[in-house]
Amino acid sequence: MNIDSIQHGYVIDHIRAGLSMDIYRYLKLDALDCSVAIIKNAKSGRMGKKDIIKIDKEIPLDLELLGYIDPDITVNIIRDGKLVEKKHLAMPDRVTNVMRCKNPRCITQTEQELDQVFFLADREKRVYRCLYCEAKNKEG
Amino acid sequence: MPRHLLNITDFSMDEIDALMDVADDIIGAPRKYGERLHGRKLATLFYEPSTRTRLSFEAAMLELGGSVLGFSSADSSSASKGESVADTVRTVACYADIIAMRHPKEGAPTAAARVSPVPIINAGDGGHNHPTQTLADLLTIRREKGRLDRLVIGLCGDLQFGRTVHSLIGAMSRYKSIRFVLISPAELRVPDYMREQMKASGVLFTEVEKLEDVIGTLDILYMTRVQRERFFNEADYVRLKDSYILTADKLALARRDLCVMHPLPRVNEISRAVDDDPRACYFKQTLYGKFMREALLIKLLEEGSKA
Repeated sequence: MNIDSIQHGYVIDHIRAGLSMDIYRYLKLDALDCSVAIIKNAKSGRMGKKDIIKIDKEIPLDLELLGYIDPDITVNIIRDGKLVEKKHLAMPDRVTNVMRCKNPRCITQTEQELDQVFFLADREKRVYRCLYCEAKNKEG
Repeated sequence: MPRHLLNITDFSMDEIDALMDVADDIIGAPRKYGERLHGRKLATLFYEPSTRTRLSFEAAMLELGGSVLGFSSADSSSASKGESVADTVRTVACYADIIAMRHPKEGAPTAAARVSPVPIINAGDGGHNHPTQTLADLLTIRREKGRLDRLVIGLCGDLQFGRTVHSLIGAMSRYKSIRFVLISPAELRVPDYMREQMKASGVLFTEVEKLEDVIGTLDILYMTRVQRERFFNEADYVRLKDSYILTADKLALARRDLCVMHPLPRVNEISRAVDDDPRACYFKQTLYGKFMREALLIKLLEEGSKA
């Protein structure tokens, strides 16, 4: 695959270096049958180094999820080999069923069919809290 | 969508002021409200034991001419058969116009509110929130001190795990010129996020270890219980335990217009000798709690009817 020649699909750019594999997993890109390229630690004037993902297919892309993972990402939409739209992401106010609350006292621990909803509590510090118990989301 | 009360911050300051006005009016003329909620039903879903809060809700509804149904332990509900909170609430909403819920798990009332066609009141969810206690606290302060701003508020005891303390700090931080004096052992100081919250909203606070050092500076003293098992070592417990018990001797150091509050139940953190002092407001606080719940039931049910 020539990774520069996407015909119809996306170039997910300005990914913080090291996050591309997380995005690969979250977006379930392993299930696609099209070409997918992951470029790690590419040189970037603005970021020093960055990751890039190229997907040679127009799939439904969860931009809220991407914004949650890294709000600095840019999504370039490519059609007929040309850039038709550049989307800048933002942190979503809410994310559903992306992460699980780890507070053992939270209702979601006993009632596992409940949607796991987190809301953006502090945009500056990028803090999400569980909608139910308000515990801070902990990575990992 | 019905209106719920899950967290004290769900209501604006104006709404809380209006609730207090209604509560004052009920206190002044209870008969006027005797049939206000006639024909309406309150369900009290209490998944863990509570004397005060459940009876307070039930008394409030009865005094407004409404009726009550419900359960007072998880064992006597379908929860013991494994029913989810959401399913229980959908079912109970077929029988009742409003639901007050206490649950040991944090956020259970929020899970209920996401599916409920009738208003949900959080009557305490684990160590998380207890907004109707805060409403009772606010009415007590306003009635006893005549204002909710320009106050020095001492919070004493277990400030780390005390949900009533956290809600009260959150609610009082919205008023002008409030200063908190946080009196607790080092192990039981307020959580970091509360300290950050107070700094962010520009609220002044000091942290001290001994009640007797500061009691003379306070307008309000809010007592909570310090449990032995919260201490990391026995020596600290023995050294500090008496600092968190309000005795007549300590009260002698306080101002004449101090207002002593406690969410109750108490164990030994306020000596019985203090009960007869005019500054002891904790039983009045319980009474005010009932009137605030009356005002709350009226608000949520009548707002729902207008929608």
